[in-house]
Amino acid sequence: MGPLAPNELISENTNLFLAFIIGIGFGFVLEQSGFSSSRKLAGVFYGYDTVVLKVFFTAAITAMLGLLFFSLFGWVDLNLIYVNPTYLYSAIVGGIIMGAGFIIGGYCPGTSFCGASIGKLDAFVFIGGLFIGVMIFGAGFSIWDDLYLAKFLGSPKISESLGLSDGLFGLLLILAALAMFWVAEWAEKKFPREEY
Amino acid sequence: MFNEIILNYKNMSESITTIKKSKYLNPYIGGVLLGLVLLAANFISGRGLGASGAIKSCIVSASTTIAPTASANLAFMKEYTSAHSGSPMKNWLVFEMLGVLVGGFLSGAIAGRLKFKVEHSPKITSKKRLILALAGGILFGYGSQLGRGCTSGSALSGMAVLSLGGFITMMAIFGTAFALAYFFRKNWI
Repeated sequence: MGPLAPNELISENTNLFLAFIIGIGFGFVLEQSGFSSSRKLAGVFYGYDTVVLKVFFTAAITAMLGLLFFSLFGWVDLNLIYVNPTYLYSAIVGGIIMGAGFIIGGYCPGTSFCGASIGKLDAFVFIGGLFIGVMIFGAGFSIWDDLYLAKFLGSPKISESLGLSDGLFGLLLILAALAMFWVAEWAEKKFPREEY
Repeated sequence: MFNEIILNYKNMSESITTIKKSKYLNPYIGGVLLGLVLLAANFISGRGLGASGAIKSCIVSASTTIAPTASANLAFMKEYTSAHSGSPMKNWLVFEMLGVLVGGFLSGAIAGRLKFKVEHSPKITSKKRLILALAGGILFGYGSQLGRGCTSGSALSGMAVLSLGGFITMMAIFGTAFALAYFFRKNWI
């Protein structure tokens, strides 16, 4: 029963090797979908290219449903699956800063590696910036550690917080995504651009 | 209005089923494939995809190699080493990101997209684009540490496991980018 590594069905070294293989899949699909282009990525914020929205939500929903069904079939123990913790203030402030980084830089860490892998020099520079940003955070940690550790709420699920079952939340998310895809298709017809 | 709704759904289904002249994969198919990769990560390793954490590992590794005593005293390092045992580079995310480089390269090679270039809007110079990329990277690097993950680790992987923190960070990232888009529009359109 999954997950394999936490259940010690595969060794740590096998897990790391498979991480490499999973990464190959990740990078391949991202690049095939056009996530190696900063102009395509930025397009979602101007309406001319909504690839980010479509891929992101389709992927999140596919994986979410996959996990729910795997759990239903007894193939995975959801209690052993890592759920990101919630530190309320840093989650918001960090997100705001990342959002600024996204619209200015046109990449995020994963996509910048993807862009770099095909030779995009702006992606290389973005990665350089990432290193600097992480170093600044580390070097000045004692300045913002209070913010970093504030308002720890554990690892609640969105469904729990809203008082819904996982399945019902999943359904609402799917409906919201379909509505967003509808708007995305409309936007791309309204703001057409050459493909980047 | 009703006709418009029907027309839009028709356009949507057409874009899924017809082969549009695009050099890229249909985004809905790409999304399903990415979701399957994410599902595999969870099933195999009990965690989702990520990216910014690999940068953190490199920094930790470099610091402890270059200045071990000073690094050991730094609160950031203490926080890291208390959560992670073993060598910082022998880390799930580091191996995964190496894979991303290989996978992206393979895809680019197959599609004929391998080329050293600075991608930028014709309305700005290469130099300006590179400065913006650096600034964006610094902000994203810092923000990803504060937010405990980036769009891959916090937003995408967080959504798949219904993490509240992941969802909040996702809303903050995209909300801010949309809010600021107008002010940076000249760099993109």
